[in-house]
Amino acid sequence: MTVLSGKELPRDGVKLSGEALHYRLDKTWSRQPGLWGWLSTVDHKEIGRRYIITAMIFLALGGLLALAMRMQLARPESGLIDPDRYNQIFTMHGTTMMFLFAVPVMEAVAVYLIPLMLGTRNIAFPRLNAFSYWIYLAGGILLWVAFVLDIGPDAGWFAYVPLSGPEYSPGKRTDVWAQMVTFTEIAALAVAVELVATIFKQRAPGMTLARMPLYVWAILITAFMVIFSMPAVTLASSFLLADRLVGTQFFNPFERGDALLWQHLFWFFGHPEVYIIFLPATGFVSQLTETFCRRPVFAYSAVVIALVSNGILAFGLWVHHMFATGLPRLGYSFYTAASMAVSIPTAIQIFCWITTMWLGRPRFDTPFLYVIGFVVTFVIGGLTGVMIASVPLDLQLHDTYFIVAHFHYVLIGGAVFPLLGALTYWFPKITGRMMSEVIGKVNFWMIFLGFQIAFFPMHISGIMGMPRRVYTYPAGLGWETTNLISTVGAFVVALAVLLFVLNAVTSLFRGRIAGPNPWDAAGLEWATSSPPPAYNFAHIPLVSSRTPLWDERGHLPVVTGLRVDDRELLLTSVLDARPDVREPSPLPTIWPLLAALATTAMFVSSMFTPWAVVIGSLPVAAALIFWFWPKEPGLPPEPVIE
Amino acid sequence: MMLQPRFTDDLATLPTTAFSHRSLTWWGVLAFFLIEGSAFALAFASYFFLMNHEQGWPPPPWSPPDLLAGTLFTIVMLLSEIPNSMLKHAAEHGQLKKVRAGLLIIVAIGVLLMVLRIFEFASLNVLWTDNAYGSIMWALLVLHLAHFLTDWVDSCVLAALMHTEHGIEKRRFVDVSENAMYWRFVWLTWLPIYVMVYWLPRWIP
Repeated sequence: MTVLSGKELPRDGVKLSGEALHYRLDKTWSRQPGLWGWLSTVDHKEIGRRYIITAMIFLALGGLLALAMRMQLARPESGLIDPDRYNQIFTMHGTTMMFLFAVPVMEAVAVYLIPLMLGTRNIAFPRLNAFSYWIYLAGGILLWVAFVLDIGPDAGWFAYVPLSGPEYSPGKRTDVWAQMVTFTEIAALAVAVELVATIFKQRAPGMTLARMPLYVWAILITAFMVIFSMPAVTLASSFLLADRLVGTQFFNPFERGDALLWQHLFWFFGHPEVYIIFLPATGFVSQLTETFCRRPVFAYSAVVIALVSNGILAFGLWVHHMFATGLPRLGYSFYTAASMAVSIPTAIQIFCWITTMWLGRPRFDTPFLYVIGFVVTFVIGGLTGVMIASVPLDLQLHDTYFIVAHFHYVLIGGAVFPLLGALTYWFPKITGRMMSEVIGKVNFWMIFLGFQIAFFPMHISGIMGMPRRVYTYPAGLGWETTNLISTVGAFVVALAVLLFVLNAVTSLFRGRIAGPNPWDAAGLEWATSSPPPAYNFAHIPLVSSRTPLWDERGHLPVVTGLRVDDRELLLTSVLDARPDVREPSPLPTIWPLLAALATTAMFVSSMFTPWAVVIGSLPVAAALIFWFWPKEPGLPPEPVIE
Repeated sequence: MMLQPRFTDDLATLPTTAFSHRSLTWWGVLAFFLIEGSAFALAFASYFFLMNHEQGWPPPPWSPPDLLAGTLFTIVMLLSEIPNSMLKHAAEHGQLKKVRAGLLIIVAIGVLLMVLRIFEFASLNVLWTDNAYGSIMWALLVLHLAHFLTDWVDSCVLAALMHTEHGIEKRRFVDVSENAMYWRFVWLTWLPIYVMVYWLPRWIP
């Protein structure tokens, strides 16, 4: 073997660009074709796409459960679904939407977009990324197979003890729920770690923290929130499993345990979780507003500070889910104040977006309609949020349909609308083709109006006293009309979602060819072809403003010198993104999948015997060792260029 | 239409590995510290939450854990920082022989600590099934054991790896350095657990 000196190594640059460079980079960064290549890929775009599609399938499944509930509640004393199945359905609906759709889809889009927005060639720790996807998929399959086998969880998506404890929930239903939590939290935490490292170390040279797109800021803060909050639910579900399977007494008041410990641990995760879903959506809104208003978002620093404050305040609110459990007076006042305070940074962001629209020249394409739908719906949900932050009102409305209405307004209005806008907006980047504008607009109005028809009447049902999670209700309480209207609205939403899927599928084959930058947007992801090549960028871009493609018309400043015969990334300094190190990026391997399978075997069998943790950890450790063990012979360090 | 590149700096002279905050691995390990640190903090919060309900700690008639095994564990763990620091230093200066020896020492210390940990479980004077006090005491020890085992296995793998031809690669020295950093996390998190498991049950009437 001949060892090349540093100067002779093939690198991108003036001498190697265009077609010849594409050929070399493609050979280095493409995965092998076929099933093996598909299973062992570590390309963030491929895994991101898979993650998005899987999460959207879970959205559809969760939506079908919602339709089942709406059909049952359309009229009083309906016998369509029996109470036991109904308990499973509402638990599965909440669990699927929160753990298998909302958080994963937000992280999935980030996995796809963040490296492109930062101008880098792959995400940090790409094998961990692959592992994360497989673990998430396994958790989702576990939950849904259990449901089909009639062992779906039935204690509500927050699984309160003592109902979910060993005494009141014998059998395996709650174990399935708790173990599914372990799967999804591992997946979410892994992605959070990758995103933090990618955002801190892999930004294009010149992209200082203050020049990052607002979406990147939103994802950075979200990733930190995942890191600080998800351990709480992992710990809680481990305690619950231990209580159920090995006889610990954490939540058993008869043996000095405490049921409220569960609620504290769960909501210490559960409340930040809402912002983990919402902050990425605000990032979408910022990007879309910038592009469709033809100007940078008004008061960039204020938006960033608002994001950071949201992230911090979100950790001081969890007790407002527990007002009805009885708290010290000071606790009531503090958590009421904190819950109201969090509306301030959110409002700052909304005012910044409205000002941007006011100052800009808005173009009302489909993605932007979703932004407007978001502002309207989210503000309504935010206002009911301020209402129930107040303890006396909350005690009246706790566990009623008013709460159901409130959180669907903030979650669907605050996260799903921006998500649909974002998917429409980045669809051309992901697929190379545009989605149909005409169908898109019809689609938007159907889902926007259908949503209001379905969920607004729930406020009224709730005020009239209808509790949530009841499988039916007697006639004559005055709840019939509002419930029937809600059901009609739910079907309109379902049709709209179906139309979205149809639009996406037909556009995939027949949509207009998009080109690299169909919306004339400003971010780096639009500087490469659509869909991007395996290596993302031929040369690493150099950034000198917040809106690089608007400020550098016609040409793109780039840096050169990365090796093309090896997967090499450029690491830059954390604050001001000065070029620092060229670091190799891991090659594809099957071991993340095998490690995920071993982990799945361990988790699933641990529901039946605690020894599975001991025995099952051996194959997990073996798989991880094979994953990390270098596959190529040891090479001396790359020769230094004189 | 694709934008045409305008060439600026050439980065071929940049290094291909770096230690500490300049490497990706360091940031990954740091993020895992935050995750594990949060889990520990919440477990500590649960401990105090449960303690808050009690008239005595441990609740009568249970007696506090015996001190010997846990104290020995703590002393050995603190002393292990000496070879650990030497190992980290050797890794950052590319001294392969010292790295190989240092890793073997750390692995051996790990075996000793594991034996002591078994005696710790035996000296808790309470079972995890007895009551919530017993559950949280066991949970703290098990949680720490999980981290300790993770790092021990990682040290074993690195010890083997550094004895192969891969040991000459500079990136592997970065791995050794990060592993030494993780060991610091393992013993740092142990200190509050030591106080909570062995001393608070003695100090609180």
